[in-house]
Amino acid sequence: MKSSVITFPGSNCDRDMDVALKKFGFNNKMVWHNDNELPKSDLVVLPGGFSYGDYLRCGSMASKSKIMQSVINFAKSGGLVMGICNGFQILVETGLVPGVLLRNKYLEFICKNVFVKLDNKENTYFKNLNKDILEFHIAHNEGNYFCTKDQLKEIKDNNQIAIYYCNKEGKIEDQYNPNGSIKNIAGIFNKEKNVLGMMPHPERMIDQSLSGEDGSIFFKNLINNIK
Amino acid sequence: MEVNEQIAIDHGLKSDEYKKICQLLKRTPNITELGIFSAMWNEHCSYKSSRLHLKKLPTKGKKVIQGPGENAGVIDIEDGDAIVFKIESHNHPSFIEPYQGAATGVGGIMRDVFTMGARPIANLNSIHFGSPQHKKTKNLLRGVVHGIGGYGNCMGVPTIAGQTSFDSSYNGNILVNAMTLGLVKKNKIFYSKAAGLNKPVIYVGSKTGRDGIHGASMASASFDEKIEEKKPTVQVGDPFTEKLLLEACLELMSGDSIIAIQDMGAAGLTSSSIEMASKGNLGIEIDLNKVPCRETKMTPYEIMLSESQERMLIVLENGKEEVAKKIFDKWNLDFAVIGKTTNSKNIELFFNREQVAKIPVNILVENSPMYDRKWKKSKLPKKNKIKNEVLNKLKIKDVLKKVLSNQNICSKEWIWQQYDHTVMGDTIQKPGGDSGVVRVHGTNKAVAASVDSSAVYCWAHPLTGGKQVVAESWRNLISVGAKPIAITNCLNFGSPEKEENMGEFVECVQGIGEASKYLNFPVVSGNVSFYNQTKEVGIKPTPSIGGVGLIKDYTKMISMDLKEIDNLVLIIGKTEGHIDQSLFARTILDEKNGPPPEVNLFNEKNNGETILNLIDKGYVKSAHDISLGGLLVAISKMCIKGNKGIKISKSKNLINEIEYFFAEDQGRYLIEVNKDDLKEVTKILNKNSVHHEELGIITQNDMIINEKTKVTIDELKSYYTNWLSKFMS
Repeated sequence: MKSSVITFPGSNCDRDMDVALKKFGFNNKMVWHNDNELPKSDLVVLPGGFSYGDYLRCGSMASKSKIMQSVINFAKSGGLVMGICNGFQILVETGLVPGVLLRNKYLEFICKNVFVKLDNKENTYFKNLNKDILEFHIAHNEGNYFCTKDQLKEIKDNNQIAIYYCNKEGKIEDQYNPNGSIKNIAGIFNKEKNVLGMMPHPERMIDQSLSGEDGSIFFKNLINNIK
Repeated sequence: MEVNEQIAIDHGLKSDEYKKICQLLKRTPNITELGIFSAMWNEHCSYKSSRLHLKKLPTKGKKVIQGPGENAGVIDIEDGDAIVFKIESHNHPSFIEPYQGAATGVGGIMRDVFTMGARPIANLNSIHFGSPQHKKTKNLLRGVVHGIGGYGNCMGVPTIAGQTSFDSSYNGNILVNAMTLGLVKKNKIFYSKAAGLNKPVIYVGSKTGRDGIHGASMASASFDEKIEEKKPTVQVGDPFTEKLLLEACLELMSGDSIIAIQDMGAAGLTSSSIEMASKGNLGIEIDLNKVPCRETKMTPYEIMLSESQERMLIVLENGKEEVAKKIFDKWNLDFAVIGKTTNSKNIELFFNREQVAKIPVNILVENSPMYDRKWKKSKLPKKNKIKNEVLNKLKIKDVLKKVLSNQNICSKEWIWQQYDHTVMGDTIQKPGGDSGVVRVHGTNKAVAASVDSSAVYCWAHPLTGGKQVVAESWRNLISVGAKPIAITNCLNFGSPEKEENMGEFVECVQGIGEASKYLNFPVVSGNVSFYNQTKEVGIKPTPSIGGVGLIKDYTKMISMDLKEIDNLVLIIGKTEGHIDQSLFARTILDEKNGPPPEVNLFNEKNNGETILNLIDKGYVKSAHDISLGGLLVAISKMCIKGNKGIKISKSKNLINEIEYFFAEDQGRYLIEVNKDDLKEVTKILNKNSVHHEELGIITQNDMIINEKTKVTIDELKSYYTNWLSKFMS
């Protein structure tokens, strides 16, 4: 299975994602933001970081970068595109997924483990996953997902909500919401479910010595689903 | 502008220093030259008050590849790998402008590390604030934490450990010390020594602006009521540009283009160019019109003294300009050939085709002032006699509650949750443990690092305090199973012109030297920050020690959380009941006098090495050193982290119960061992003559002390975790 990770000049989770994808069997290539063409890929990942410094709205400049036109075309033709953290912010800015990501409610960067509940397994990302609640890791300053009432209705109607912040038992309540995002949303799909944007970093949970291993479960399942 | 003595004094030079300049030059300097002298001869850059004493520190060792004198120290971690590390202060700017001050402190130290060819793999920090009641404390803390996070998070380097304290002596002078560790191949280390004639000198990174002019001079003076006016001397950071600079430099370093490289930190272009020339015993010629400037009409004086961030100076091999330019273009950074090396041994500056400065390099560096300042020796204070009646009136649970929730003990999670501590995917021990630990990417090795200071002990008796901080750093590394290798120090003191403060400095350094020599734990890099003083009030002497150690097999790393019910907890090292200067004495008894606990270096070494031996044999399930707050605080933290209880029975000795639980005797650890291993463990401890006793047995929940005091785990957690987040909300 072939994957591509896009490196923007300020990406800083690109290597971590490369390590994770290779660990679980992907043949991964790093792609420079200034390139025009995507290599042939089964999965394209927009990694975390600070793409172009993010002094303007996070991800807004990256969404206009050279390589993104190919990524957008790839997504529109049904290709799998996953944006993690800053990658999610970029996806939102391209309009591939609806909504916006605001600054965290308490105006502070937050780095910790969280639990997320899967809402929809009818897609390549989570199909066949034998768990409904995963322990992931977040590290962001702008992960407060927001959208209009109409958009919210639409994404609910289309089953576009991918994961919610919750507690260990899967309870989705305000107190388990780390950043104030609407309805505890931690990640969403596009209508067709081939594009996934989420704040948590599965690539930081890929071995026993790190924060946990639920990232391993996610990646193993993902590559099996793509095969 | 004609230069005269008054202008020199306004630049922070002393009258006799100005006379010496005129003598050495055999003429009056022009204003640009005077600016250069003031930048090179201030305390921050010249170490004029400290050099004499720093020379006495042990800096050599089998594992030391580079000691003090370069951008950072370098140690050998085997298999061709090396760790580059250093700690540095950014105290003065952080008080004036907390966000930018702290951010550029972090940026500066990371630059020091990647200048040597190392990719930064971990950040640490030691930050100290005034009393929580002081009106500025909250905003300063918030600003500093945001600044450290803002810079480190964007760079994608995990912040893995730190230390925070509150003390009214920092009311007018906070401390922000930042430390970085980088990883490099032993044969790919870069130095700042220029070599060869007519080699191109190139400038890369951000453009030069008017920010930070005289930053280093500002950091070499005390504060007064006009401090707010100094805001323009604080640099402004741009972590995104630094990230680009990091990647571009490492890309260029993978080839063979670079002869010497030096970051533009304090005193910017001035100190970087002069240091490279001085180390290479060469001259350097710079055309200031070629320096990329952010603002128009900048004068030679401003260009030379700007402390704009994210800039580097490189001496290239001839003919490599195009290769280098291509890389910096790729990363969208400024690149300019601004000069060349010469054999004149002068620094020569040109502007609009005119020579605007010409100074022999050696008079700026070797002839810089060095002072043997007067200092006052401190006496060991007399021990307090605390009556048993006073102690017996206290209830253990009440004391524990107060001590665990004290601002200097309680959890600092509110702080470190704002730092990305997991990026790079190798953090195996997060902040909140004895040391932070990161794996050496792609290997079985891991590197542990800790940063410590004990201002109260140093204030009570500087010599003992100096020793204690090094010993504590050593213990924190041992506690995670790392073999301590070397330290870096950040020496924060008041004015060297006051005999008391200078005495504190001299004796703390002596203590640091004694301990580091005895423990074979050499000093490989560091920084001195004097004048942490507002009007006549100086801070408590606060040397921060950053220790680094190696874990050969990371799966053997130890953490402090209690692991298994029915395991035993042993106290290693003797509890004598030293209460003076303990957190207990200072906060519960309100007793601020007395000597700090004695540091017995033989015991430190013996206890530490024996524990490493036990860890290596797999006997230690969890470990934690006993430091601030004493025994009961240490075991409480192990219970909280492991979510387990303990049944404690105090051994029958003569020490009062309160003294036993809250004394801060040194050289002690708690270790968790399996009952079945007890015999073997005891044998090893006895063989090495290590004092040990049993503290208790691990239980499902609740801490039970001597069958009469019960504290639930939830109570412990609430004492320990709530103070800081409540304070900040």
